[in-house]
Amino acid sequence: MTHFRSIAAKLTFGLVFTFLFLFSGHLCAQGTGNAANGKTLFQANCTSCHAMEKEILGPALMGAVERWPDKKMLHNWIQHNPGVIAAKYPYAMGVVEKYKSKGAMTDFNGTLKSQDVDDIIAYIGSYVPPVAGTNPVQPGQPEGDNTLLFGILTLVLAIITFVLLQVNANLKKLADDKSGVPAEEPVSFWKNKAYIAFGTVIIFLVGGYYTVMGAIGLGRTQHFQPKQPIFYSHKVHAGVNQVNCMYCHIGTYQGKQATIPSVNICMNCHMAIKEYNGTAKLYTAEGEEVNGTAEIQKLYSYAGYTAGQTWDATKAKPIEWVRIHNLPDHVYFNHSQHVVAGKVQCQTCHGEITKMDEVYQFAPLSMGWCINCHRTTKVHFTDNSFYSIYEKFQDKIKNHAMDSVTVENIGGTECQKCHY
Amino acid sequence: MSLLADRVNMEQNKHWQSFGELNNSDAFQKAGKDEFKEDLPFEGKEGGGFFKTPTPRRDFLKYLGFSTAAAAIAAGCEIPVRKSIPFANKPEDIVPGVADYYATTYVQDGDVVSVLAKVRDGRPIKIEGNELSPITGGGTSARVQASVLDLYDSARLRFPTMGGKELTLEAADKSIAAELAGIGGAPVVILTSTINSPTTLQAISQFLAKYPGSRHVQYDAVSHTGMILANEASYGKRAIPSYRFDNAKVVVGIGADFLGTWLSPVEFARQYSKNKKIDEKNPTMSRHFHFETVASLTGSNADERYLHRPSETGAVAVALMNAVNGQGATGISDPKLKAGIEKAAKELAANKGAALVVCGSNDVNVQVVVNAINDALQAGGKTIDWSVTSNYKQGVDADFAKLVQDMNAGAVGAVLIHGANPAYTWFDAAKVASGLSKVKLTVSFSPRIDETAKLCKYVVPDNHYLESWGDAEPKSGYISLMQPTINPLFKTRQWQSSLLKWSGAATDYLSFLKTYWFAKLGGETGWDKALQDGVINPATEPATAGATFNGGGVPAAVSAINGSKKGGTTELVLYQKVAIGAGQGAINPWLQEMPDPLSKATWDNYVVISPTMAKSLIGVDVTNNGQADDYEVNPPKRQVTVKFNGQSVTLPALIIPGTQINTIGIAVGYGRNKEIGLAAQTDEGDAVGKNVFPFASLNGNGVQFFCENVDVSLSDDPKYVIAQEQTHSSYDTPQGKRVEVMKELTLNDFKKSPDDILKDREHELAPYGGLEKFEKQGTIYGYYDKPGIHWGMSVDLNTCVGCGACVVACNAENNIPVVGKREVSRFHDMHWIRIDRYYSGDDIDNPTVVFQPLMCQHCDNAPCENVCPVSATNHSSEGANQMIYNRCIGTKYCANNCPFKVRRFNWADYTGADSFPHNQVGHISEVTLGMNDDLTRMVLNPDVTVRSRGVMEKCSFCAQRLQEGKLKAKKENRPLKSGENNEWDLKVACQQACPTNAIVFGNANDKNSAISQMRQSNPYRLFHSLEQLHVLPNVNYLAKVRNRDEEDATMEESKGA
Repeated sequence: MTHFRSIAAKLTFGLVFTFLFLFSGHLCAQGTGNAANGKTLFQANCTSCHAMEKEILGPALMGAVERWPDKKMLHNWIQHNPGVIAAKYPYAMGVVEKYKSKGAMTDFNGTLKSQDVDDIIAYIGSYVPPVAGTNPVQPGQPEGDNTLLFGILTLVLAIITFVLLQVNANLKKLADDKSGVPAEEPVSFWKNKAYIAFGTVIIFLVGGYYTVMGAIGLGRTQHFQPKQPIFYSHKVHAGVNQVNCMYCHIGTYQGKQATIPSVNICMNCHMAIKEYNGTAKLYTAEGEEVNGTAEIQKLYSYAGYTAGQTWDATKAKPIEWVRIHNLPDHVYFNHSQHVVAGKVQCQTCHGEITKMDEVYQFAPLSMGWCINCHRTTKVHFTDNSFYSIYEKFQDKIKNHAMDSVTVENIGGTECQKCHY
Repeated sequence: MSLLADRVNMEQNKHWQSFGELNNSDAFQKAGKDEFKEDLPFEGKEGGGFFKTPTPRRDFLKYLGFSTAAAAIAAGCEIPVRKSIPFANKPEDIVPGVADYYATTYVQDGDVVSVLAKVRDGRPIKIEGNELSPITGGGTSARVQASVLDLYDSARLRFPTMGGKELTLEAADKSIAAELAGIGGAPVVILTSTINSPTTLQAISQFLAKYPGSRHVQYDAVSHTGMILANEASYGKRAIPSYRFDNAKVVVGIGADFLGTWLSPVEFARQYSKNKKIDEKNPTMSRHFHFETVASLTGSNADERYLHRPSETGAVAVALMNAVNGQGATGISDPKLKAGIEKAAKELAANKGAALVVCGSNDVNVQVVVNAINDALQAGGKTIDWSVTSNYKQGVDADFAKLVQDMNAGAVGAVLIHGANPAYTWFDAAKVASGLSKVKLTVSFSPRIDETAKLCKYVVPDNHYLESWGDAEPKSGYISLMQPTINPLFKTRQWQSSLLKWSGAATDYLSFLKTYWFAKLGGETGWDKALQDGVINPATEPATAGATFNGGGVPAAVSAINGSKKGGTTELVLYQKVAIGAGQGAINPWLQEMPDPLSKATWDNYVVISPTMAKSLIGVDVTNNGQADDYEVNPPKRQVTVKFNGQSVTLPALIIPGTQINTIGIAVGYGRNKEIGLAAQTDEGDAVGKNVFPFASLNGNGVQFFCENVDVSLSDDPKYVIAQEQTHSSYDTPQGKRVEVMKELTLNDFKKSPDDILKDREHELAPYGGLEKFEKQGTIYGYYDKPGIHWGMSVDLNTCVGCGACVVACNAENNIPVVGKREVSRFHDMHWIRIDRYYSGDDIDNPTVVFQPLMCQHCDNAPCENVCPVSATNHSSEGANQMIYNRCIGTKYCANNCPFKVRRFNWADYTGADSFPHNQVGHISEVTLGMNDDLTRMVLNPDVTVRSRGVMEKCSFCAQRLQEGKLKAKKENRPLKSGENNEWDLKVACQQACPTNAIVFGNANDKNSAISQMRQSNPYRLFHSLEQLHVLPNVNYLAKVRNRDEEDATMEESKGA
């Protein structure tokens, strides 16, 4: 049952997601803005201050297109807000008044082109909140762990077998006694060689299993969840406030390292966000309550920032985070390969990061785990014209001799793709 | 395989790498049977068996048990907490893990090459050529490639010193300023090697203006005085013109190693190779005659080479002039040489306006004659361009000689020295030392304690060029800019800033530089653009122009030449090695370990002798089986003592075919002061090689680098080990010898029957399905698809000049360890790419030379893969032969089975990757240990694994570059660009470094890629090494074509091993 429910949930989500994409694509084809491009622009330029459904520094933007009386003024506002303020456009003046304490909006004059702004507006206009109750991605979500149940059943059956065997032996002895057959003195079961042999085999098997599994796990740090110098909650940032992952982990698109954000990136938002006033209380993995505002203060001490004064970025000291994900030196892993070229979601490898207060290592990061994914994952074969050189596969796909091309098909499990 | 054996029986070996191979000697045959040249360290081989060994079986089991348990415990303990520390403030243009390329300029003693520095996480790790430079077009040299290692040299001076004691920069400034003020009007001399930076020259003149009577002296270790002064006499210009080898159909070189060390080798190699590229449909190429004394890189590339004595250089030039003028080659007694001169003259005369004669002599008279020849050939405005002058070498030796005199007379108040190192390179170093001791204030800007800096009171170390701002004008009108790629590692300062400071200027050199260029480039925008490009070129290429020739001095020059000293029994010539130069390369382990193109020797200089002289001098007849083996198989060589004018040096003798029989050669640049770095000293603590600069002498205005009459005798000293590469890199199978590794033919043969090689291949492969079906039918192994990319490489032997830039580029790109002399002499060299040098021809004293770069051939049916018991080497679907270090258990079966001998085994822990100190100390050289310190390791490429002891390694086709290039294309949602319209997503390191574009690499599945085009347009010259073995190499070669008249019997259909 649970199984079905989860499939249903995925299906629903998948449909919604597809619709979103298809429709937004359609909309833009007809309208003036391209929502897909708008999304990219939005995530690159806006997410540090705006979320769709939530106020961060600036207002929540869902419905903003409807709220603004004049679409043209909204366009101008996004592109060059000082101009709109200078023109004293009433709606804009209201916004300015309301968010005065959070600081003025960045002026994008020169950075965003008119078409870019149209795209962003198209994206905002087409935004539909994710359907409640469904999770964006549920990678590797254990689909009901029945191991315990099976274990108990096995144990119960084993005990029953054992009892029945004993009963059988006793009955045989009684029967023998009755019929006067001379019976050997019964051997108690702990001296019974068959039982001892059986027990030894079982112990050997079980012990062997755990030894092997333990040995394989040596040097791997799955579930590693260290205490960090600052209680930084991904749940608060990426989950509740929907800050785009790439806003902070800027290297993800560009290179091998996702990069841990530098202090100046934190301060982009935290110059204005001085205290934690989220509704949910924060707890460490050990269950201790955490004062979010105090943690922001820790950031300030690293940044060398005193509230109310201008921040001198040169005073900042780097934060020594504890590294969680470690790959051996002889493995080459490139984030941009997976995220940009492969369009893999962060959650596939990092788990439900949006629900983690403190991050732990979700995946084993073992070679078997990598290889398994490379075997099953399909590359964006028809979308990415890099793959046009694979003529044979292209033909097969055209002739429906193949429905998709996996990473393995194009050599993604060969040694020197990751080891050189 | 019978075919293979037949061929061996049928055909003589026409190409040979060693004398043993020439004679097919016993030792050569034996070596061919043994993969490893020394016995493997199996213990207990004789007597007592395995159990009597120091580590018998029980010990082995004990160790095994202990190590397993220890490993389990160690691994089971808590995992170490690693910190991940991001920037406090991330600079916008730095993304960790992503390389940035900054255009800058390699400048060393007047040599200028525009380059890009690859910077990873703030560290420059690799130098690439700058393709925007019209001079070098992206080409580099071995020394340019190696220069990044100098940045991280642990022997660099880390602070200013006074009398050897540390000083702060401020204190040095104060103290030097006070001393300058106190010299009481005595002249100050700024002594430098050639400076071609316009702003530096301006800073110098500002400084000089403050100290009236002062002067700037430029001194080059190996100067071009003769040319500069001859040009003054002939053209009224005290300068060197631009040479245009690309406009020359006939080139004659007289002792000018223009592809290796003369003036601007990268530029000339590029020009020269343009006319050596062959269009198979219409095969034409330039013709190159070379007259020289000892085998040089350039002479080996020549179509025809003739040998003469060093003292005859002038006579050769005069004879050539006479012959060009139709009077015949007079005054030359050697008939071969005479015929050669006449032949060259005939060709020159037939190609007036497209002919060029260059000469390496430092004698003004000889150069005047050469000018006369060039004038007669109407070279001015065609192959010699006076509209653009070359500024690489401007020093005139007489100026420096005068300075030495003045210093000794006490007439100099202060000397500030940059670049020049006369206490080592001047023939009379004692005079330099005594002169410096008489100067009140001596300041050196040397970045290390070199021979001259040691004699100076103050040393204010200059930055490395990768830490510096600057500019250079290698040729008039062509500017190359220099920008720092890293903050100064030590308390050093650019010497121009020091000069400005001491001349009382308020600005530092950067603002000085900016002011200068802002004015010329119209402000910051122009400057930024120029800095980004790295070069400022003239808007339109200036039209080539000649200069009026004044032949008045020619008769006097001729009579001076005729009256010059005649040579004695044996003459000595001092030459520069491609890697070491005049000693600049001696500090660099990569360059010391780069094999010399001809001798293949590393880590030493030696006496080069001809095979003929070897018979009488060291009693070795190289055509005699036993004697040749005795000489060749054992690295220790007999030593000879060379005496001249009270100077004496004892060095081992190497027999190098291509050396004039009465001439010996010794390379300069060795025997450096040990304090300049680990690379300059041996493990025993001696200097590497010996200094022979004292054998030079001042002849009028220029230093001459030969002695007409030296006394050479066999020394009683014990034999001395010379670590040579290559001779051990051959291996024969029981099925037969290696044949046809390399192919060569003459232009005439090629014109007559262009498809000879193709027919040969077809004929040979016919029984196995012919060329078309050979891949599938010639084997019992299966066929595997290359569905998307099929990497391929093509090496044009016609344009490869054998300079070795690729060897060092590969070192830098792939973290290849330096193993040191001892290991090289045990044949443990690690280079992934080597340049094989083949000899051919009947004249053992003057054979033909071909260079063939050999790296892993990435065979599609690779013999190494089948024999690996753990599948540590296997094939990718892109055609690359992959080597997986972490799987490798070191059986070496693969190396055994490789017909090309390109696999390299880590016999010791060269890199420190094991982290067991026990594996290093006592096993490897000091210089290798030195490469493992934290500073030097900054040069490592973080994308390439550092290999540990006990694993095999080899060329990976730069796997990291392939992955990066593919990713770039994928991210941009487009097909891979590999050379179509000269657009590249990736170039492998050797390809990028090559000054002549001899190496082309790319996706052979793409019809439009450069590699496919190269293969399609050269069907006749294309061949694969050892194709008949059915190893299916993904590297192909284009056969060497030599432009010779005669259908040389030895060249025709020549096959070699």
